[in-house]
Amino acid sequence: MSLPPRQTAIVGIGATEFSKNSGRSELQLAAEAVKAALDDAGLRPADVDGLVSFVQDTNDELRLIRSVGIEQVTWASRTPFGGGGAMSTVQHAAAAIVSGAAEVVVIWRAFNERSGHRFGQPAQGPTQAGMSWHTPFGLDTPAKMYSLWFQGYMHRYGLTNEDFGRYAVVARRHAATNPKAWFYEQPITLDDHQSSRWIVEPIVRLLDCCQESDGGVALVVTSAERARHLAQPPVLVEAAAQSSVLAGDVLFNYYHDDLATFPEASHVADQLWRASGLSPADVDVAMIYENFSPIVFYLLEAYGFCGPGEAKDFIADGQIDLTGSLPVNTHGGLLGEAYIHGVNSIQEAVRQIRGTAVNQVAGAEVALATAGRSAVLLTRA
Amino acid sequence: MPVIAPRPDHDDRFFWDGVAEGRLLVRACADCGHVQHPPTPMCPACQSLRWEPREVTGRGTVLAWIASKHPSAPDAEPRIVVLVQLDDGPRLVANLYGADTSWAINDLAVEATFVEIDGIRLPGFQPARGAA
Repeated sequence: MSLPPRQTAIVGIGATEFSKNSGRSELQLAAEAVKAALDDAGLRPADVDGLVSFVQDTNDELRLIRSVGIEQVTWASRTPFGGGGAMSTVQHAAAAIVSGAAEVVVIWRAFNERSGHRFGQPAQGPTQAGMSWHTPFGLDTPAKMYSLWFQGYMHRYGLTNEDFGRYAVVARRHAATNPKAWFYEQPITLDDHQSSRWIVEPIVRLLDCCQESDGGVALVVTSAERARHLAQPPVLVEAAAQSSVLAGDVLFNYYHDDLATFPEASHVADQLWRASGLSPADVDVAMIYENFSPIVFYLLEAYGFCGPGEAKDFIADGQIDLTGSLPVNTHGGLLGEAYIHGVNSIQEAVRQIRGTAVNQVAGAEVALATAGRSAVLLTRA
Repeated sequence: MPVIAPRPDHDDRFFWDGVAEGRLLVRACADCGHVQHPPTPMCPACQSLRWEPREVTGRGTVLAWIASKHPSAPDAEPRIVVLVQLDDGPRLVANLYGADTSWAINDLAVEATFVEIDGIRLPGFQPARGAA
């Protein structure tokens, strides 16, 4: 099953600045981002009747409603799996609109993820439920948890950390020309990457890791019909999908047969192509959620942008550069722009379709934003 | 590096009780024999709630590994974390002892061992006799 294509649209985007110390509450970040997205869309708080966020977001719906002046909400939902489920926020919103449960849905994600609770720091005891199989053995950070999976990929295809560095260089080059990026005007070389310290030997170095960021991002979704009368050129939700499969896990994805594949991502990709009738060759630009560089390699292959084991050469050949066949993370990604749990990457996909990105891909008509176990395909109206 | 203690619950206490006795136990369905690890209360193959612990040999092969250190305050000695495919059971994550990062760890034949760190008893692996 899938959502009917082109029935809904992203009509507003908004964000705070991306920083390491916002100096204000997570609720304020959320409210600022939502207000900015509504202004962008030409809508008022009273127009909003649906809210979608992450299970992990600390902001309560009612506090946000009271802060922004939203009057009556008929739909509220949250997506599981942290950043992996980032893009399913759009699926939730679109499903609510298509079903008639809501008409104008705001998606938000806001946190002080650097000045407050830092995801990248080692977990302290006691072990969280379900983690007894992993954390007692030293898998106490997302970098370590994911790297045990990534190492299977490296071993299968003979990659070294330098191969991952070639992705990081591209992300930082794109961030360097994005004034909103934390790493604006700070590109790196492969030597810089290779001399950064190991975070998890022999898989990821410091410059392979997404940032820890403070900030908020919001999106406004409504029907394609209503979108035609709003302030911005509509960006249609061509397809939106998510995946959870038997034997799968989010942080500890070690139990599928083949460690060098990402079955959830392949499942999401299949849904997108089937629902839209599009194929990998139709995608003009892709935002790929990268908590760590290696995940980009899995996703390029899962979506069929290149074959199994070919991501290394695809990236080394410049295919993900702005001049390549598939520019990736044109905003700098979560390594270069900021880590707002991937929702900032949806915004960049919207800008690419609008034609307003700072690193604009000329004539972009189909944009993918994917977070592995969730994705959205956006097209021009 | 301090060890975060496991937190046994209703569905996996048998495993940790086994570790305390120096035995490696996995959850096998009493109806269809399906082995499930990490264990779940219901068998995903036949939906049975009846199960029994099954002892496995602990012999297996390393599928993947990392060196685990604190990200900003690295210890002198990292803990090597391995994902092991057991010969007669499921996959298991634990630490590797008796080898260091200079070894060719992928595809290494290993066998189970049991260690006590900070008063916490954990399963682990070591190179199988004859493997190097």
